Amino acid sequence: MSPLAAADSPTLADFGSDPWWIVLIKVVGVFVVLVLMTLFAIVFERKVVARMQQRIGPNRVGPRGSLQSLADGLKLAFKEDIMPALADRPVYFLAPVIATIPAFLAFSVIPLGPTVSIFGERTPLQLTDAPIGVLVVLACSAMGVYGIVLGGWASGSTYPLLGGLRSAAQMVSYEIAMGLSIVAVFLYAGTMSTSEIVAAQADGIPLFGGAVTGPSWFAVLLPVSFVIYVTAVVGETNRAPFDLPEAESELVGGFHTEYSSLKFALFFLAEYVNMVTVSALAATLFLGGWRAPWPLSEWDGANSGWWPLLWFFGKVIVALFVFIWLRGTLPRLRYDQFMRFGWKVLVPTALVWILAVATMRTVARESGADVGEVAVFVGVPLALLVVAGLLIASRASNRDTRLAARAAAAGSTTPTVPEVLPPAGKQRPAAGGFPVPPMDLVVPPSPRLGRREPVGAGAPSPQEDADV
Amino acid sequence: MTPLAAAAEGVQIGTGEAVAFWILGPIALAGALGMVLSRNAVHSALWLVNTMLALGVFYVVQGAPFLGAVQIIVYTGAIMILFLFVLMLVGRESSDSVVETLRGQRVAAIVLGIGFAGLVGAGVARAAEGAVVRGLGEDAGGEGNIHAIAELLFTRYLLAFEVTSALLITAAVGAMVLAHVEREPGERRTQKELSRARFLDGDHPQTLPGPGVYARGNSIALPGRLPDGTQSRLSLATGVEAQQVDELAPTGSLGIEREGLPHAGGTDAALGTADRGEDTPR
Repeated sequence: MSPLAAADSPTLADFGSDPWWIVLIKVVGVFVVLVLMTLFAIVFERKVVARMQQRIGPNRVGPRGSLQSLADGLKLAFKEDIMPALADRPVYFLAPVIATIPAFLAFSVIPLGPTVSIFGERTPLQLTDAPIGVLVVLACSAMGVYGIVLGGWASGSTYPLLGGLRSAAQMVSYEIAMGLSIVAVFLYAGTMSTSEIVAAQADGIPLFGGAVTGPSWFAVLLPVSFVIYVTAVVGETNRAPFDLPEAESELVGGFHTEYSSLKFALFFLAEYVNMVTVSALAATLFLGGWRAPWPLSEWDGANSGWWPLLWFFGKVIVALFVFIWLRGTLPRLRYDQFMRFGWKVLVPTALVWILAVATMRTVARESGADVGEVAVFVGVPLALLVVAGLLIASRASNRDTRLAARAAAAGSTTPTVPEVLPPAGKQRPAAGGFPVPPMDLVVPPSPRLGRREPVGAGAPSPQEDADV
Repeated sequence: MTPLAAAAEGVQIGTGEAVAFWILGPIALAGALGMVLSRNAVHSALWLVNTMLALGVFYVVQGAPFLGAVQIIVYTGAIMILFLFVLMLVGRESSDSVVETLRGQRVAAIVLGIGFAGLVGAGVARAAEGAVVRGLGEDAGGEGNIHAIAELLFTRYLLAFEVTSALLITAAVGAMVLAHVEREPGERRTQKELSRARFLDGDHPQTLPGPGVYARGNSIALPGRLPDGTQSRLSLATGVEAQQVDELAPTGSLGIEREGLPHAGGTDAALGTADRGEDTPR
C-alpha cells in the first residue's frame, strides 16, 4: 500500500479494538442496510424489468410504487404457515434459517468506507476484517447452499427435491469458478483481507515510468477474472438466466414450492441479501470498493469521511442493475448446457487465466519492468490475439446456420442440413421439420357482421391472391 | 533467552478462547453423538456438518484462520453437500432398521465404543499433562498465517503437495472412466434433431393433452375432454387404468335422477341456480 492511500484507509491492525457499543452500532447498521437494500432491490427489479417490458410496474403503494415490497413483506408475514404432511419437521423449519443467517453474515467483512468518527471514536466503516476476509464470504455462501438443499429435501415433495438437487450441484460447481476468479485478485493485491484489497486499488498503476497512471481497478487489470466472477455469482445466487433450482416452467417454485408465509419470506430475503452481498463483493474486489471513481477522485475530500458510502452504494446499485438486466434479457439455460458451461468453459478459462497472471507477475518481477508496462506490452497483444481467435472460432462454428439463413433469405425452403429421420408413416405437411399451419382454413363469419355476406368458403386464400 | 526457557514459559490462554472452547466443545460433541444416534441418514449428515462447523471455528479461534475457512469451504461446503446430494436420492423414508441382525450387537458396540473413547482420551490426557501452551507465534498464526502456509507448501512440502494433487487427479479421472458411457459421435441426437424428428414423425408435435383438462374430475385416471366433448385417449397416462367418467347432470336438471350418487344435485345446485326449475317443472 502506498503512503498516499494510507491517510484514512484502514488496515488489518485497525480492527478488533472497537468498544462494544460501536460493534453493536455496526452490527445493527449492517442488518438494517441489508434489509433496506432488499426492500429497495425488489421494487427496483420490478420497476426496471417493467420498463424493459414496456410496462409501468408497481405504482400503487407509496410514491410511485416505492413501498410495494414493504407491503408485500407485511402481507407475507400474515399468510397461513403451511407445514406439509410429509415434511421432515425440524429440517423443514431450519432450512430457511440456515439460508438466511450466512447471507447476513457474509456482509460483515465488506468495507463500506474509510476510517470515520462515530461519536468521537475513530473506527473503520466495516464490521470486521480478517486476514482471510474474502474467504469468509465464500464460506458463508457455501453454508447458504444448505438452506436451499435442505428446504428442497425436507418438503417431502418431488419438485422441491428436484430443485434442491439442482441447486446443490449448481452452487457447488459455480462456487469453484467463483473462487478461482478471485485468486487472480489475491495475486495482485497480495492479501485476502477486503480492506487491504480496496487499498490496493487506491492509486493508479504508474505507466511508462510514472508519467501516466492507468486505472487500478481490478476489473480493468483483470478483465477475465471480472467476467468469470460476474457469470459465476449469477449461478451462485440462483438468478436468471441461471435460476434452475426454481425454474417456474419446470419445477413450479423449485426448492421453495411448499413454503409459505414467513419461511418463504426468509428464502426470498436470503436470495436478495445474497445478491446485494455478491454485488458488494464485486464492488470491493473489482470496482475499487468505496473509493470514488476517476473524475470524482480528483476532488480531495471524495475518499474521506462519509462520502465513500455514496460511491460504494452507487457501485452496488449498478451491479444490482446488471443482475436485473440479465434477468430481463436472457432466457433460462437448459440444465445440461448450464453445467457444461460451468465446468467446461468457466473453470478451465479461470485456470488458464490464473496461470497467465502468475506468469506475468513473475516475469515483471524478474525483469524489473513495472506491472503496467508488462500489462500494456504483453497483456494487450495477447488479449487481442485471444479475442481474434474466439471470433474466428465462433464464426466457423456458426457456418451452417449462417449459410442456411442466407439461403432462407434468398427464398429457399429446403433445409441445407439433410433430415435426420426420413418422414415415416402418414406424410404431414412439415416443411423441413418445421410446423406448417393448415393452409385451407377459412375465416368463420363474425356474429357482429350479421347482415353482411359471410367471408367464407370460396374466398381466395391470400396465397392465391398473391400469385394472381 | 534460550529456546528451552521460552518453551517453558508458554502462553496464557485468553478468556475469549476459553469461553469459545467451552461453548463449542459441547456443540461439537453433540454433533458427533447425534450423527451416530440419529436414524435418518440426512439427519446424521447434518449433525456431522454441525461438528465440522464447530471444528472450523476452533481452528479460527486457535489462530489458524486459513485452516478454519478451508475446513468450512471444502469439507462442510463441498464434500458434505455432495454427501447430502447422494443421501437425498436415497429417499426420505429410508431410516435405519432397528432390528438387530447380530444378537447383542448394540450392547457390544456401546461397550467397545466407550472403552475405546476412554483409552484414547486417557492416553491423550496423559500425553498432554503438564504440556505448556505455546501458541502458533507471530509468524505462523494470525496475519502471517496465509504467507506461512504458502511458504511451507511451496518449499518444504512441495513434493508431498504435488504427489497429493496427482493422487486426487488420478482418483477423479478414475471415477470419470468408471462412469463413462462409450458413445459413437452422432449417436446421441441433438435438441435440433429431436425437434425435427418430432414434427416429421408421429401425429403429435405438440405436447399431449393433460389428464383432467376439461374433465369432470382431477384424477389422472380420468381422460381429458376435447373441445367437442369427446374423451381424449391421448391424455391418459401410461400405466394408469382409465376410469369411467362420473358424469355430472346436465344443466337445468334438479338432480333427482342422481339421488344417492356423489355430487347429486347437478351443476345448477352447485351454482345456486336450481330454483329456476321449480316454476316450470319438466
